[in-house]
Amino acid sequence: MTQLKRLEAESIFIIREVAAEFDNPVMLYSIGKDSSVLMHLARKAFHPGGMPFPLMHIDTTWKFREMIEFRDRMAREIGFKLIVHTNEEGLAAGVSPFTHGSKYTDIMKTEALKAALSKHRFDAAFGGARRDEEKSRAKERVFSFRDAQHRWDPKNQRPELWNLYNGRIHQGDSIRVFPLSNWTELDVWLYIHKENIPVVPLYFAKPRPVVDRDGMLIMVDDDRMPLRDGEKPTMETVRFRSLGCYPLSGALRSNADSLTTIIEEMLVTRTSERQSRAIDFDQAAAMEKRKREGYF
Amino acid sequence: MAAVKLKDFLRRHEAKDLLRFITCGSVDDGKSTLIGRLLHDTHQILEDTLASVTSDSRKWGTTGDLVDLALLVDGLQAEREQGITIDVAYRYFDTELRKYIIADCPGHEQYTRNMATGASTVDLAVILVDAARGVQVQTRRHAYIVSLLGIRHVVVAVNKMDLVEYDERVFKAIHEECVALIGRLGVPDVRVVPVSALKGHNVVTRGEGMPWYKGQTLLELLDSIDISRDQDLADLRLPVQYVNRPDARFRGYAGTIAAGELAVGDPVLAVPSRRMSRIKSIVTFEGDLQRAAAPMAVTVTLEDEIDISRGDLIVHPDRSPSVSRSIDAHLIWMSDAPLLPGKQYEFKISHRYLRGTVERIHHRVDVNDLSEHAADELKLNEVGLCRIVLAEQAAFDTYATCRTTGALIVVDRLSHATAGAGMILTSAAPQGVQHDVSVFWQPTRVTHGQRANQKAQHPCILWFTGLSGAGKSTIANATEQALFLRGHHSYLLDGDNIRHGLNKDLDFSDAGRVENIRRIGEIAKLFVDAGLIVVTAFISPFRSDRRLVRDLVGADEFVEVFISTPIEVCEKRDVKGLYAKAREGKIRNFTGVSSPYEAPEAPEIEIDSSKFLVAECVDRVIRYLEAQGRLKN
Repeated sequence: MTQLKRLEAESIFIIREVAAEFDNPVMLYSIGKDSSVLMHLARKAFHPGGMPFPLMHIDTTWKFREMIEFRDRMAREIGFKLIVHTNEEGLAAGVSPFTHGSKYTDIMKTEALKAALSKHRFDAAFGGARRDEEKSRAKERVFSFRDAQHRWDPKNQRPELWNLYNGRIHQGDSIRVFPLSNWTELDVWLYIHKENIPVVPLYFAKPRPVVDRDGMLIMVDDDRMPLRDGEKPTMETVRFRSLGCYPLSGALRSNADSLTTIIEEMLVTRTSERQSRAIDFDQAAAMEKRKREGYF
Repeated sequence: MAAVKLKDFLRRHEAKDLLRFITCGSVDDGKSTLIGRLLHDTHQILEDTLASVTSDSRKWGTTGDLVDLALLVDGLQAEREQGITIDVAYRYFDTELRKYIIADCPGHEQYTRNMATGASTVDLAVILVDAARGVQVQTRRHAYIVSLLGIRHVVVAVNKMDLVEYDERVFKAIHEECVALIGRLGVPDVRVVPVSALKGHNVVTRGEGMPWYKGQTLLELLDSIDISRDQDLADLRLPVQYVNRPDARFRGYAGTIAAGELAVGDPVLAVPSRRMSRIKSIVTFEGDLQRAAAPMAVTVTLEDEIDISRGDLIVHPDRSPSVSRSIDAHLIWMSDAPLLPGKQYEFKISHRYLRGTVERIHHRVDVNDLSEHAADELKLNEVGLCRIVLAEQAAFDTYATCRTTGALIVVDRLSHATAGAGMILTSAAPQGVQHDVSVFWQPTRVTHGQRANQKAQHPCILWFTGLSGAGKSTIANATEQALFLRGHHSYLLDGDNIRHGLNKDLDFSDAGRVENIRRIGEIAKLFVDAGLIVVTAFISPFRSDRRLVRDLVGADEFVEVFISTPIEVCEKRDVKGLYAKAREGKIRNFTGVSSPYEAPEAPEIEIDSSKFLVAECVDRVIRYLEAQGRLKN
């Protein structure tokens, strides 16, 4: 079996294991390419039935408009149950990526996620994170235990042997599950290409209005973005390597407008995909800290 | 890159095979540096990562002016501050031939559990030895754990050759010692390569310094070692992971094939539930298949509507795995709370959580020198050969034949933590019992022996005989209760009940009594054949009647239990007032009063109930059955 088929089979195993062992699982849907692959694998796992769990999107209200359109179209076409959760308190308080810096991510993403998981009493949540993305993720288990406060304790992880995942938890505790743990960014794109999986058009190069701010190309996706003195959006042919909230996602100048040209570009690129995410730069070991607090 | 070239690349990358390996070594062996070197020299390190490592080198680095490649892999903030790796981390890289997943494991003594975790999923182990220090205690420990986890390929990287001035004699001495040590442990494929991870010699490229070394570099070895024949078991093993019932029309069994292959039309057997059918279809998202093989994730449907559940193994009928409640396995203990024999745990085997205990620890293995020691507990990071007894039967293979169906984890019932990991050595049989380790299924006929094995008991008739009021019914009832509580399958034949139904046409004439006992004997025989332990309590005063029943079944299936309570005691008890009536002549032919009781000449068990409590009487019956090996486990 080729490595890609092996990865696929392993991911399907993990997804089925969760559906069999947990009372109330949910699949976190971030609308990005990893989420698209995860959903595709889940559909395969339960064919000819549908996915036996809902998908949940934590909507900060600052996602690219094209992401939301894509999300709603997928829900319609595939017919899965979609839960959309927003931190209404944070929204009412006007928390925005422009005014609240790193607190914005805490409030609108981390806190919102924790609140949504608690509200629906989900006991297992799938995420699309991969171990090759970032150093602290390289050490995380496939079944990653979280206490009732959703905290990850890197020094007290359950040993994980063979494919005998331990799904036993106390009420209130939960497991984050990462079926794509062993996939690399290249594997994800190759799989999308091979399986013809739909992804958000923002991954493909196209002229878009951007401003160059602090070394990052930020796309002006709507009129909520306050422009600084002298800043003027210009049309540039750009694409995104990783998607999140538009004010925090840096665009790449690129002409790659198809899957094959994206893969080709990646093979010659010498920077990692997380470089275009602003949240990593905030502090040393930022990701590990976030994860301890309950971020995906 | 031209479009054709890209397509070619995609095809090749997709077709690569996957090799997982573990790296074992201590903090000082330069393990992180070796991995960093592998990643760096295979051009896996992206510019921003390298830039961040170069800047980190100034802050944390331990290599002077050279970039500390170890920082590429030492991930967590806590361990960077301590300068050590504290957990298993996974790394990815690929060459033209293979995609690699590295499980990076720490070498300190207290982290044996992490090494076992990393080793459980890999095909190959790279063991680091510091050339300047030679084979250490921990090298032996690593080699043992690697062999315990069933890894068949070991590459010993003799690192820091630069520190011994690339001396060939140093390498040769370590080479010989390692081949002998690891070969003794039963690892079939051992290679040794001299490297300098810091300078980059013989890791990916040959480098200078060791012109005397004519063998392959570490990466060349990794690229060329054949792992395609590592799976021993050719027999089908499909553990049912998920029963897929999206609607009333479809019932599929989803799972990942652990070994062997299956095809549409194949006869299959589900164990331990022991239901038979044929494969009707193999369903996948891409369409139905005619055949499928390990390690594919599939969904199968069966010809018959039979009830199979998660945790059953779908196998070919004449290639069944072991089915037993007792298992001998090597356990690696991973919890701060020690393993205690007799304590209840959950054991997860092929998707099932089964309750059970470790009945005893045969011995503890000192992982440093492989010596065996008596032990009454296993502490964190200790290894021992243990007898596990489960509350239900499990289907499994030995770990050596199939890693997936031969492995288990131990889960603490209170904390739910993964407390241990086990590799099944054998199906254990209690002493004195000829235990059928591999129960073969005959599709045409279920034999008496198979039924008995399924119920983990040797069926028999416990024939209680004795005077009225001797205590037969009381002890027989209590015995059946005891058997039931121990999970055995039994049936109590009650005289009155049979007289009300099957035998209601019979009177109390001599002919009627004989026919009564004959029919009871025939029923008991059928129940014994069905695998049950039959308990009866009839006065049955005549030897000839009891012999009749004994002759109906096998001689070793008839256990005569003589309740020899003296008639004075029985008459004093006279719970039903029958003795009084008999003495008054109101009942004729009353055994012991007006009709003889022929005491057994050689009963298997004799109990005078006037001398013991009921529980003690029951205990004697149970102990007799155990001593005869009739009750497994």
